[in-house]
Amino acid sequence: MIAEAGLAALWFAAALALLQLVLAALGVWRSSRFSVRPELVEGHRAAGERPPVAQGASTGSARTAEEGDAAKRVLTDEIMAAVRPVAVVQGLLVLLAMLLLITVFARSDMSVLLVAENSHSDKPMLYKIAGAWGNHEGSMLLWVTILGMAGAAVALLERTLAKPPLIATLGAQAAIALGFYAFLLFASNPFARLDPAPADGNGLNPLLQDPGLAFHPPTLYIGYVGISIAFSFAVGAMITRDVGPAFARAMRPWVLGAWIFLTLGITAGSYWAYYELGWGGWWFWDPVENASLMPWLAATALLHSVTVLATRDGLRAWTLMLAVVAFSMSMIGTFLVRSGILTSVHAFAVDPTRGSFILALLALYIGGAMLLFALRVGTVKQGNGFDFVSREGALIANNLLLTVILGIVLIGTLYPIVAAAFGTQLSVGPPFFDKAAGPVALVLVAVMAAGPLLRWRRDTLAAVFGRMTVPVAATGVVLILLATMSGIALLPMLGLALSAGLAVASVAPLWKRNLRRTPLFTYGMVVAHLGIAVSLAGMACDTAFTQATLVAARVGEPQHVGPFTVTLDGIKPVIGPNWSALEARLSARRGEDGAVFYLRPQSRYFANPVTVTSESAIATRWDGQLYTVLGEPDGTGRWQLRLWWKPFVTLIWFGGALIAIGGALSLLGRLARGRRAALREAYA
Amino acid sequence: MKAKHQRLTLVVLALAAVGGASVLALSALKDQAAFFYAPGDVKKDGLPLGRAVRLGGMVADHSIQRLSDGVSMRFVVTDGVATVPVAFKGIAPDLFREKSGVVAEGSFNPDGSFTATNLLAKHDEKYMPPEIAGKMHETKTLKQ
Repeated sequence: MIAEAGLAALWFAAALALLQLVLAALGVWRSSRFSVRPELVEGHRAAGERPPVAQGASTGSARTAEEGDAAKRVLTDEIMAAVRPVAVVQGLLVLLAMLLLITVFARSDMSVLLVAENSHSDKPMLYKIAGAWGNHEGSMLLWVTILGMAGAAVALLERTLAKPPLIATLGAQAAIALGFYAFLLFASNPFARLDPAPADGNGLNPLLQDPGLAFHPPTLYIGYVGISIAFSFAVGAMITRDVGPAFARAMRPWVLGAWIFLTLGITAGSYWAYYELGWGGWWFWDPVENASLMPWLAATALLHSVTVLATRDGLRAWTLMLAVVAFSMSMIGTFLVRSGILTSVHAFAVDPTRGSFILALLALYIGGAMLLFALRVGTVKQGNGFDFVSREGALIANNLLLTVILGIVLIGTLYPIVAAAFGTQLSVGPPFFDKAAGPVALVLVAVMAAGPLLRWRRDTLAAVFGRMTVPVAATGVVLILLATMSGIALLPMLGLALSAGLAVASVAPLWKRNLRRTPLFTYGMVVAHLGIAVSLAGMACDTAFTQATLVAARVGEPQHVGPFTVTLDGIKPVIGPNWSALEARLSARRGEDGAVFYLRPQSRYFANPVTVTSESAIATRWDGQLYTVLGEPDGTGRWQLRLWWKPFVTLIWFGGALIAIGGALSLLGRLARGRRAALREAYA
Repeated sequence: MKAKHQRLTLVVLALAAVGGASVLALSALKDQAAFFYAPGDVKKDGLPLGRAVRLGGMVADHSIQRLSDGVSMRFVVTDGVATVPVAFKGIAPDLFREKSGVVAEGSFNPDGSFTATNLLAKHDEKYMPPEIAGKMHETKTLKQ
């Protein structure tokens, strides 16, 4: 019964999404007919900053309107008032469906097809629960659950935006949700039954059997979905022709929130791939990784342009465009990952109908958004102007460079798919991305160092160079130091030098300021930019200084990697909850007289389904990681061992965490300030 | 600068940036895209020397030879039409075995052999790389 109840909840949620869309469309259409157009009250609004909440109040200048209009306006208000509760109930229903799916997984109900295909009664409870979204149908349900709940959150929490754009936003949100409900109900029903029920399930892909599975997909999905909310705000603003600082301020927390989760998701995914795959790399330019990087790049650009729109009322059309692009990227990401067009652990099932369904949704949403943008961009008024040497100018440079990187990653990711359609099989790998995107990224870092040191509106080059003296000096010193060491490639050398300069420049905005009176979001910017510097330093160190060795080791024979001596002590079998493994014991020592510590890499054998995985063993030190992988026996008593010494590689993920913390500080600062402003207005 | 001019400049800049990105990406793609070859393709089209490629097919029966250093191996990749000897140093993937699909990343040598830097093996049926699925399917039809 649980599965049927889940399916029913899903159908009800879909019906409510349809209702939400119809009500919102009707309400917005009526409000544009029976009241004054928003752009006519724009002057009014700019003076008062806060738009009037009730539509009736804004029509003061339209007293000549017929008496009958008043009744129509009341009805319009009532229609619009109904949208919020519908959005909330829709969110709750889809949450119920997700919880019911988790329940059937937790109970190992093998009469549900999805459970039988992807779970096994032997699995630890954590993986039974996380297994609910470790498959195609469940992950799509999670997607739409987060979407529905985010819609409910907008309906409950958003209080500053005028009513018509807010209702239009909720309508856009419902339109997106509807497509995914249709996809779930018609092409990927997670609650389908299996009759007769098998005795036990097929089990979960062992590569997914990791605590990372519990956190990585939900985090990324919250990021993707958060971007869809930003997109809905943009659609709402375009439909009601109300693009200005108020819209930017309403959209910003959602962009920031989405961006924080994307950052965390990418950082966690990178570390997961690093230790789980046992290849020693932390980023493979795999299409699936790119699918998460592209929305992040677009969201980063959007985050910066929405700030210009909120504080300086500039870049109106550009911000709308970026919101559309960011959403398109998260849709393309979903398509790439879920359509089965790619080969990876993420592509759960190769089913052409599903691929075409997602492709149709993709074309519908992106095409629709682009069309709306093309139709409405002409009516978007010119925002405030500025000099090119100014904070705005630097942010435009940031946006352009991010767009260039985004374009490169997009072309590199889609090229093999397009080529395959023409019958050519090829792959685009790290050499392409490093070569094409690397130099642009370094230029971006240089702009990023200068940006926060520029004034809004207008600045002079001489003053900027003055403020940049110390960061440039730091870059120069590091560059000279590295140049004297031999054998470092140009790109990592520049990366390290620039990261030093960026680190200095990113804390410079705090220089000579009253630290207590500095707003929280300034700290957020400082921490996030510092995080980029730290992460970049980690990447450069890993590329420049990593030492690796691959040997067939006899027991007791010492091997050397970096400053470490590693000895294979022996191999023994071990048994886990649903796997068995061969485990090596390695004793490692740093230098001649360092303390001995042990590492235990494994080669794991899973019975359900039959798979062998390598479990790397990693020892973390303050200045890097010793990474060990156990290979195969060669038949003469030797075992393959792969050893890496990776100085400061941990900075990559530490930097990622700093970036997310910076985002969180900024979000807190903005929310607190918004609240204070609202209070001031309430008591004024 | 007038607002209108500024807007125009921004649009031109944006277009230049996107255009520049495309040119940069496409020129880099020319050099860096790794094309996929089956042994039969090499026989037909000649050796693609001096660039990274992928070689896909089946590991021929009784062809895996492990060398005395314990980490190097040689094997033969076949697609039923032609064969290519492959040299590889590293840890082979867990499901790498004879009479099973493999994709080798690396480059060809002038003598027609292949030096692999990385091997991708066929996972279970659910996660079979399309290159392998496609090529094996082709091979079957060729045999008929």
